[in-house]
Parts: sequence; C-alpha cells; structure tokens
Amino acid sequence: MAEATAPTSNPKATLRMPTTLALGWRRTRIELRQFFRDKESAFFTFALPMFLMIIFGSVFNTEIAPGVTFAQYFVAGMIASGVVYTGFQNLAITIPQERDDGTLKRLQGTPMPKASYFIGKIGLVLVAYVAQVILLGIIGVLFFKLELPTEASKWLTFAWVSVLGLLCCTLLGLAFSSVPKSGRGAPAIVSPVVLVLQFTSGVFFVFSQLPVWMQHLASLFPLKWLVQGMQSVFLPESFASQTTGTDSWQLGQVALVLGIWTIGGLAVALLTFRWQSRSR
Amino acid sequence: MDNCLRNQTAKIAVPKRRVVHERLPPRGRIAAMTGAKAIEAAEVTKSYGDVKALRGVNLEIAHGQCVALLGPNGAGKTVTTEIFEGYRKRDGGDVRVLGTDPNHGDRRWKSRLGIVLQDARDLTDLTVRESVTHFSSYYPNGRTSDDVIQAVGLVEKADAKAGQLSGGQRRRLDVALGIVGRPDVLFLDEPTTGFDPEARRQFWDLIDDLKEDGTTILLTTHYLDEAEHLADQVAVINRGRVLAVDSPDALGNRQKSQAVVQWLEDGVQKSASTATPTALVGELATRLGPEIPELAILRPTLEDVYLRLIADDGGDLNIPTVAGGGSRG
Ligand SMILES: Nc1ncnc2c1ncn2[C@@H]1O[C@H](COP(=O)(O)OP(=O)(O)O)[C@@H](O)[C@H]1O
Ligand SMILES: [Mg+2]
Repeated sequence: MAEATAPTSNPKATLRMPTTLALGWRRTRIELRQFFRDKESAFFTFALPMFLMIIFGSVFNTEIAPGVTFAQYFVAGMIASGVVYTGFQNLAITIPQERDDGTLKRLQGTPMPKASYFIGKIGLVLVAYVAQVILLGIIGVLFFKLELPTEASKWLTFAWVSVLGLLCCTLLGLAFSSVPKSGRGAPAIVSPVVLVLQFTSGVFFVFSQLPVWMQHLASLFPLKWLVQGMQSVFLPESFASQTTGTDSWQLGQVALVLGIWTIGGLAVALLTFRWQSRSR
Repeated sequence: MDNCLRNQTAKIAVPKRRVVHERLPPRGRIAAMTGAKAIEAAEVTKSYGDVKALRGVNLEIAHGQCVALLGPNGAGKTVTTEIFEGYRKRDGGDVRVLGTDPNHGDRRWKSRLGIVLQDARDLTDLTVRESVTHFSSYYPNGRTSDDVIQAVGLVEKADAKAGQLSGGQRRRLDVALGIVGRPDVLFLDEPTTGFDPEARRQFWDLIDDLKEDGTTILLTTHYLDEAEHLADQVAVINRGRVLAVDSPDALGNRQKSQAVVQWLEDGVQKSASTATPTALVGELATRLGPEIPELAILRPTLEDVYLRLIADDGGDLNIPTVAGGGSRG
C-alpha cells in the first residue's frame, strides 16, 4: 500500500461536477427543512408579526383618513416589515450562528460553490416571506377589513416591490452578517436596527405625523420605501398624499432607492462575507 | 545507564537530530515540489500574535499512505491539518495537496478531499440520512447514503436527528460526511474522540477499508494504539515542529538495541539496561540459582518513545518519574 506510485492523471477529472444551480436548489430545500424544524426561528418569524398585528390593530383601530383605519395602514407596514424580517433580520442573525456552530466551515470544505449557498438563502427567504404574507393577509382580511386589491396592476406592483425588496434585504442581511462578533450576540445587534427603522419609517406611526427630520432620515433607508410601495397596493389612491406629500405613490423613487441599496448590499456582501469568524 | 522504560527514572537516549531529519525533505527543497506525493509540506510556519503555532513543519505523504499526526494538546496538529485543507493561510513555507497549493484549491480539488474537523455542532435539526444524502449531492461521484451510514455504523440512528445523537455517534456522522464524496485524501482531526471501544474498532475497520481503496489518510490522534494500528507512518509533532516520522514499528523499536532486565535480588527490585539481555540473564542465573526471582525483560513501547521524544523536546508534558526500585551499577 505504502509508496504507491502517483496516478499520472486524475481518473476523476472527467466526472462532471454538479451545477451551481442544481446545488442551489438542494440548498434551498435543506435550508427550508432546517428553518421550519427550528421552532424558535419559525416562531419569531411568524408568530411575532402576527401578535404585533393583532395587538396594534385592535388597540389603534381608528380612522386615520377617510376610509382608512390604522389597522389597514398597519397591515401594509407589517407586510413591508415582513420583507425586512425574513430577509435582513433572519439572515443577519442566523448566519453568525451558522458561523459559530461550524455550519459554514463545513460547507467551505466541500465543493459546494458559495453562490449555491446564497441561492439557498434567497430561496429560504422567498418561501418564508410568502408564508408570512399569507398569514398577515388572512388576519388583515378577517379582523381588520383589509381590502385586497382587485386590479392586476396593483398585484404587479406588489410582486415587484416584494421581489426587489427581498433581494435588497437578503443581500443586506448577508452583508450585515459580518457585523455581529458571535451568534449569541447577533439578535441584540440586529433587532434594534430593525425596530428603529420600523418606528421611523411609518410602520408603527403614521408617517406624516412624524417630525420632518425623522422623515428625512428614514428616507435614506429602504424600509420607508418598502412601506410606501406596499401602501400603494393596499391603501386607496387618495392616501398617497399622506405618505408622499404628493398625489402619487412615487413608485419610480421606490424602485430607485431599493435598487441602489440592492447594488450596495451586493457589493458589501461580496467583499465582506466570511465563512469563518476567527482570524486564520 | 542511559535508558529507560515506563516507571523508571533513567533517561532514554533518543538520537534526536539524526532521526528527526532522515525522512524529511531537506531545507531549500521548497521550489522542487513535484506533486508526486499526495501531500508535501516544507518549512511551514504559522504564528498567532506571539504564539508560534508552527515553526517549520516538514511532512511528505505518499499516495495511498496513512499517516498519524501524534502530539500533545496545542502541538499544532489542527493548525497543520487546516493549512493542508485550505482553511488557514500559512505564513511561510510551501504546501501541495494533490499537487495543488491549498490556498488556491478550486471546486474540483475540494471534491477530492474529505474533511473531518475537530469539532462540529452543526446540522442538529437534520437526520443522519438527510445530512448524508445532502452532502453526497455536492460531489461528482458521491456515495449513496445507505452505504455510508452502514460503513460508519449508524444504521440504527439513520433517522435520528443529529442533535439527539451521543458524542460518539455524532462523531461518526462527521466521519460519514468526510467519506461521502469518495475522497482521494481524507483528513481526520481527532476522529475517535468520544468513541467507545467497539466504535473505535469499527472505525479502525473502516479506515482499513479506505486504505484498501487507496485513500491517502492524514489523521491526528492522542491514542497511541490507534496510531500503531492504523498508520503506515507516525509523525510526532510538538510545539509546532515534526520531531520524527517513522513507521510505528521503527519508532517503537528505536531502542531495540537496548532492553531492560528486571529481577528481584535480596528482596530488592533491580533493573538494568543492556544491549545483551541474554548474556545478563545467563550471568544472573549463575549467580541467583536456576530461577531468577520476578525476572522480566522489557522493550520500550511506542508510548515510551513518544513520551520521551516530547519530554526531550521540552514540552509541557510531565513524564511521571516513579522511582522504580533499585538499579544495577
Ligand atoms: N485561531 C487561533 N488563534 C490563536 N491561536 C491559535 C489559533 N489556532 C491555534 N492557535 C494556537 O496554536 C497552537 C497549536 O494549536 P492546535 O493546532 O489547535 O493544537 P492541537 O495540536 O491540539 O490541534 C496552540 O498554541 C493554539 O493555542
Ligand atoms: Mg487539535
């Protein structure tokens, strides 16, 4: 056995490597399986927004504009928040945990490409988001007189705002996953970021009633624009002026700001994403 | 005298310098790496701040060989292994694994490696079968999950979640994921930690099978019996340097020329180191009558040699120096 001669050519060189996409699909499935089996993460992703929805919706069920109750307003904000929860918050918390428990280190040592791992995360985020939206939609319709839009154009808006927002937040989540030093400390760093954005972007309060400087500040970040996009789908046209100060929902600007953050998130994620936490 | 066995105060005289370098690539050979070996490492250094984790590691492993990296805690086993695996960047020296610098290993190169890391706490929510099936799909020619689960002896636990496995079972899952891609080179960092004796035997059989298939294996271990059983070559590493590389027999019998004879004389335990034990026994038989009381002739074990190598290198290891009775002048 010892001193066997070196094979001159590698017999495995002709075997075909699995494609990045095929492995991305496999990653998606395994990510979903793990996500839904982890009771804690499933609870916080689905139950928490639901509770918030029911509590806020019931306590502040007053009209804030002709034909618009706060509950309806809040549903749109929570669906926008769902994009941030499932994309940004979920990844920015779980990836540092995966870095700590050796998940990422194990993956790094396999021939699975990084891109497949990212595809898996995007797949996970997409499914978790759809499930969350359906849940919030049902609660909104059943308890808070949420009116689902009937025009196809509104659903089209809903689709592109969701997809662009998810892409943006997923990349930002990947980028932000390098910030927490440990998996244990990740929630304490990530959750406040989301909470502050929710307060300033018009999720918990009517945006037009916030101080002007706060409105300006929130306009720098994606959540405000996500909320605006969702309001354009679920609230009447007449409400646009409340949020934008103009007659229109400014969807072009929504796309622009989300697009810029998406590109920025992609650049930072590519530059800073690390498989391992400790210095090597 | 200058020799010793376990439980003796005398000092073993391992001809350090000569042994150390006889099988190592000479300095300056870095540029001449051919890739003919499965693993080649020359003068590899690595520091963490003030800690010199590796101080010039030299190692060569031929294709199909099984080498055990033996050394105390903190010797540099994991750092060495992870540099070979591409996880850590060396500060200096040169490394080739399957002819490739691990710093620049691509997917295809990785598909030829199997890696079992020292500690892993991941995959807790997946069953053994799910994990093995999933990781098999990463490789161009992965094994079936049934084969692998059978090979590591986890058939009964195939549908249990990893989080519910015992320490030894969990470790077997790690080994399963290491071999699922039919690796040409398999790295095992303390693979049998937490194994019961039966699991260890089973693991040894598995490694024997892999050797049969021509897999090159580098394993780190604390267990000398494991190294002795599995390894074609044992590399003793301490404080970031490889002290000796040799077959377990050659390493264990390094003191073959010297044996220790023990006996009882006038109610006192005596012992003597000698190159000619038969002659000594003959002399004793003449002096002490037909039966020499409590006669024993001992050869140093691999463990003796190992402990002595480490002690002579000035490691932290404390060799118990039990005064083992009288000694002959
Ligand atoms: N990431 C790291 N940061 C700092 N020191 C390290 C790191 N990894 C290893 N070391 C140090 O390098 C030395 C060798 O470690 P290691 O290879 O893990 O030992 P072992 O032989 O027990 O596997 C030890 O002194 C250890 O503390
Ligand atoms: Mg170690």
